[in-house]
Amino acid sequence: MLGLLETGSGFWNAIIWLVIILVLGALVVYFRNKGEDSYKKRTEQDKPFISGNPELNKEDSHLSASHIYWGFTEALKDYYHPLIDFHTGNINDYTGWIIVVTVLVLIMVGVSG
Amino acid sequence: MISNFPYIAVIVFISLGIYTLIFNKNLIKIAIGICLIENGANLFLITLGYKKGAVAPIYTMAPAGQSMVLPTPQALTLTSIVIGLATTALILSVAMMIYKHYGTLDTDEVRRLRG
Amino acid sequence: MNILPHLPILIIALPLLGAFILPLLNRINKKVPGIFSVLILGASLFFTILVAIKVMTVGPQVYVFGAQSTGFTLPSGLKFPIRIIFEIDAMSIFMGLITAMVSFLGAVYSLTFIQKEEGLDKYYALLLLLTVGMFGMELTGDIFNFFVFLEIASIASVALISFQALYKGEPAEAGFKYMVVSSISALIVLFAVGIFYGQYDVLNLAALARLIKYSQLDKIALGLMVPVLAMKAGAVPMHMWTPDAYSEAPAPITMILVAASQASLYALFRVTFTLYNIQLNTLTVGWVIIIFGLLSMFIGVTMAIIQKDIKRLMAYHAISQTGYMLLGVGVGLAVLADPVALQKYGITAMEGGIFHIMNHAMYKGLLFLTAGALFYRTGTRDLNHMGGLAHSMKYTTIFFIIGAAAIAGLPPFNGFASKLLIYESVYRFNPILSIIAMVVSILTLASFVKVFHSAFLGPKLPRYKEVKEVPTSMVFAMAVLSGIIIFFGLFPDVIIKNLVHPAAMSLIEQVKYSATILGGM
Repeated sequence: MLGLLETGSGFWNAIIWLVIILVLGALVVYFRNKGEDSYKKRTEQDKPFISGNPELNKEDSHLSASHIYWGFTEALKDYYHPLIDFHTGNINDYTGWIIVVTVLVLIMVGVSG
Repeated sequence: MISNFPYIAVIVFISLGIYTLIFNKNLIKIAIGICLIENGANLFLITLGYKKGAVAPIYTMAPAGQSMVLPTPQALTLTSIVIGLATTALILSVAMMIYKHYGTLDTDEVRRLRG
Repeated sequence: MNILPHLPILIIALPLLGAFILPLLNRINKKVPGIFSVLILGASLFFTILVAIKVMTVGPQVYVFGAQSTGFTLPSGLKFPIRIIFEIDAMSIFMGLITAMVSFLGAVYSLTFIQKEEGLDKYYALLLLLTVGMFGMELTGDIFNFFVFLEIASIASVALISFQALYKGEPAEAGFKYMVVSSISALIVLFAVGIFYGQYDVLNLAALARLIKYSQLDKIALGLMVPVLAMKAGAVPMHMWTPDAYSEAPAPITMILVAASQASLYALFRVTFTLYNIQLNTLTVGWVIIIFGLLSMFIGVTMAIIQKDIKRLMAYHAISQTGYMLLGVGVGLAVLADPVALQKYGITAMEGGIFHIMNHAMYKGLLFLTAGALFYRTGTRDLNHMGGLAHSMKYTTIFFIIGAAAIAGLPPFNGFASKLLIYESVYRFNPILSIIAMVVSILTLASFVKVFHSAFLGPKLPRYKEVKEVPTSMVFAMAVLSGIIIFFGLFPDVIIKNLVHPAAMSLIEQVKYSATILGGM
């Protein structure tokens, strides 16, 4: 069958997957449309609720890239600080690492026989 | 023993080149370091084809009965020298551009790209 | 004259000659070089496809330079080949197809992207030379010839990386760093070539593969070549040049550079599989490559998450994705000497790794092109300064979503198919490796969510009021890549059966490679 990919422990077929997704999606849309529709349009119920704070101006509400995953990097500070220090941008370090790794691989290949 | 001397020279050339690349802070000197490694590699190739008492491998001009050195390493070395020339010219011109914009050739200063 | 036997050389000869004609054509009109190089690379792509069909139907192709006939490998009863020979088997042409596709689309994209720059004839001439270098590395069957093409590719790419060095310092810096590391690697390869020649008196890969004994000197040559070729492919911890070079080069060049680093990856596989095959200690060298892969995957993706420059971020992802290829093929190498394990999961792992090379070239190329499109319209690569661009750049947004979903391995895009093969086969080799690969995939998705949110979502920013969709040639290049990604995602079995499986088998079957030139099984 076209699109059938054997992986050795199972199979994968993107077309079957797409059909399932479409059927599930149609079901979701169907159930969603059956839901509650008694709210009043164009009143306060339409507006976003930000814990009681006033809604920001649209232009100001954009979150720039540095704020995203701030917590992730803050929590992994101990991992990231050495890693950033490792990327010095100094050409001497670049060549140094090549030589170090080459020597290591030479030793490994030489010892293993 | 004396026939091994070129190989020792190869090792000296390449070690000096690697030392320059790792410990020298000047971009021009790094270019010189690459030239040193290149010379080491070229000397290595040319030594492989050497034969004591042999003449240059020019087929039509060789005297009869005389052995010739291997021609292939010489062709390889020639190619590698030409490539080396292009590399050196390019690396020096890029270093010139760096000096124009950064005002320095110190590797500790030339690292706006990092992290 | 019958042109068909000369197809392999035409792939390379056309761009090579074109590169030297270009500066003359520039005198006619400033627009001619771009169109001319698109035509040349289009013809090259066409020839590559013809050769690919021939390789798939007939078998490996041979082209002997300067012989009476192109298939005349052993002149006057000699036991070893003396001429330079191109040997094109399934793996070579697989890489050749990637190169042809990527460089053609890069030239199409450049037509408008680089329009406003000075010295366009040099730009296109260098682009053609870079393509020649990559093709040569992939098609050649001669190890010294490989070194020459490696140098051609790196010299051309350095000049292209620092193309904008006249106005800014950073491209010059990136070019310098790349030049230093690539000349070291090329010289070390040359040294290894010297070692081979000193022992066996041949430079032909096929002849070497038959003669090689895995002596002490061969071990040294192997130990020299594996790390430097992995470095050119961008393996951690020798990857630091990658983000510098990828982020400073113009966007279409970055896309071609990805393919150029994969040509080095191909050389790494060629050396370990075709040259040494089971003679080397497969477990040790396999694990060396697997460790390179693991480090690349993990450190690449974690560094990508914290980047603020969009192309730098994608460059770290390129490192991370290279890790998948190294992992897949490394597992194949580790079990090469064990026929049972090789049949059970080794071949599948290699198929996954090799399929990932092509997928990566396509989606990473697409992502770099979208980054270029953003740069073209906004003039910045800093994600902090972007926002709300989906309002005005609708096509680019869609292409970005496709590329990001493919790199994160979301079904039904092509990244998922190859990653699935890698996960399932590597799991049987060592479950921990597979789990790490999956975690890396999740982190990849996370960091592309960041890019998508900060560049495309959000309100329309006042400073980008004037921004509109990019010109047609750029949209065309991105659309073709997206089409390929979706096709590969929907019908991965077609590609696996016709291109990837023969490529994996041609790496494994060393005897067949040498027999093509030397005869006798």
